[in-house]
Amino acid sequence: MQTLQETWQGAATLVDPAVPQRWGFWYVAETRLRNMSKWWPAIVAFGIGNPVLYLFSVGVGIGSLISGPVDGVSYLTFLAPALLATAAIQAAMDEVSFPTIEGFVWDKTFFATNSTGITGPQIVNGMMVAAMIRAVATVLIYEAILLMFGAITMDAVLPLLLASSFAALAFAAVMFAVTVKIKDDDGFFAIIGRFVITPMFMFSGTFYPLENTPIYLQWIGWISPLWHSTDIGRALSYGAQVDGWLMIVHFAFLIAMAIGGFAWVYPQFIKRLSA
Amino acid sequence: MIVASKLTKTYGEFVAVDGIDFEVKRGESFGILGPNGAGKSTTMKMIAATSQRTSGELVILGKDPDKKGPEIRAHLGVVPQQDLVDRELKVWENLYVYGRYFGLKRGFILKKIEELLDFAQLQEKRNSKTDELSGGMKRRLTIARGLINEPEILLLDEPTTGLDPQARHILWDRLFRLKEVGVTLVITTHYMDEAEQLCDRLVVMDKGKIMAEGSPAELIKKYSSKEVLEVRFGSANNEQVAKDLAGIGERLEILPDRILVYSANGEKELEKIVKKGLKPVTSLVRRSSLEDVFLRLTGRSLVE
Repeated sequence: MQTLQETWQGAATLVDPAVPQRWGFWYVAETRLRNMSKWWPAIVAFGIGNPVLYLFSVGVGIGSLISGPVDGVSYLTFLAPALLATAAIQAAMDEVSFPTIEGFVWDKTFFATNSTGITGPQIVNGMMVAAMIRAVATVLIYEAILLMFGAITMDAVLPLLLASSFAALAFAAVMFAVTVKIKDDDGFFAIIGRFVITPMFMFSGTFYPLENTPIYLQWIGWISPLWHSTDIGRALSYGAQVDGWLMIVHFAFLIAMAIGGFAWVYPQFIKRLSA
Repeated sequence: MIVASKLTKTYGEFVAVDGIDFEVKRGESFGILGPNGAGKSTTMKMIAATSQRTSGELVILGKDPDKKGPEIRAHLGVVPQQDLVDRELKVWENLYVYGRYFGLKRGFILKKIEELLDFAQLQEKRNSKTDELSGGMKRRLTIARGLINEPEILLLDEPTTGLDPQARHILWDRLFRLKEVGVTLVITTHYMDEAEQLCDRLVVMDKGKIMAEGSPAELIKKYSSKEVLEVRFGSANNEQVAKDLAGIGERLEILPDRILVYSANGEKELEKIVKKGLKPVTSLVRRSSLEDVFLRLTGRSLVE
């Protein structure tokens, strides 16, 4: 075993700055996945337990009270795109919220990361890549269970993955930007949960078509990535009737929300890291 | 390696670093000594290429940190004041993920980690979570982390603050070994013994300005006497007695709890005092230190 002193070459020969400049985002994602792996039993249990409970209580339980098809399909099939998008949003949000507070406030690891060649935007991208990996994994588990319940068909798997991933990306990008401003978690995420996530879940055409929601509550659906994603999912999975122009609006809304979130989070990240 | 001229950093109205000039050469161990709030850490953040300067010039490894920050940082090692380790990861994992940030290959990092754990005397703790480490161990982990890319310059911000004497000595020993390898060290500290131990050359900072520059020995020679006699007459009497001490030693410094008599020969001055019929409660002759230099330059002691 050689010692540190014997093998020393020096950074000038050892480190090529172009490599982290190109792949830095992925190194950050690697670290996040490693952190996640410490919690994998909880993540997997939540990823499987949540859908199973939902499917039994809401889908099968409430569904049995609903006579006849909804929107031309079984209630579970109608519900599936909304459940998937919600799960994806939740998974991605988990990965950009508490880890961001940890990085800036608790362990302050972002500052250590930033003292290498890694930049703020690379940290943002890496965090988001890891969040999306978790969102996609969560959706895939969920879809496997939905397949077992007969709620979706095999050819709906990819379209639904696409629709729910868009929702996760859009919502997480904006949540990310909001989180960067937080000095400490003073119950902020509990407030987000109660006043943003829950109303969004209730009033985004999740349990019944948005048109059946009272007109004065329909605006919640329109600003909710969940509704846009769910509507895309319904159109693509079982062929729900959605006008062409509305599909464009749905995608445009989600893409704009994602871009807006990123445009908002990058400069804030750079500013907070250099403070 | 580092050249700063008229380097300035302001936060709104507050001037944290006020037009300082200094230069650090390859292989040198350079210290920034000063009390809390002197602008040491702000200077350090600018050298670390994470905080942009307000004005002045700064060149690190031949590059401008405002333009080539990530490139410069890829060749630096940073030991921040707070350790900033990831508490969810094990000791070796903290080193591993950091190594990846420099784009180093997995195989290389795994080999490097062994050397670093040996160097930092942390082999036994490799699989511990960082919460289980003592303050000194955590510090050594942070230093090991800062060395994973074999940096050209290692920046250490208050490396031994909060550590017990034994842990400090272990740390100093490790830093000496790095100097032997030829790593350039930049150290901020408010401990004069640390500056004397580790630094070839240092600047004394106060209120954002550089007050003096030189090797510890030069500074002591220039701003202080060879020896210092410390006499205590009880805090109530110091002011009164000081008048009677006029003419003794090269210079007097009256502190709340004691009087310092600067002289080439402390014992001789003590004899003179006793001859005058004054009876100090305690007396002590010691070598001049950087603390005396700082007192001379600013009229204040370093640790208040």
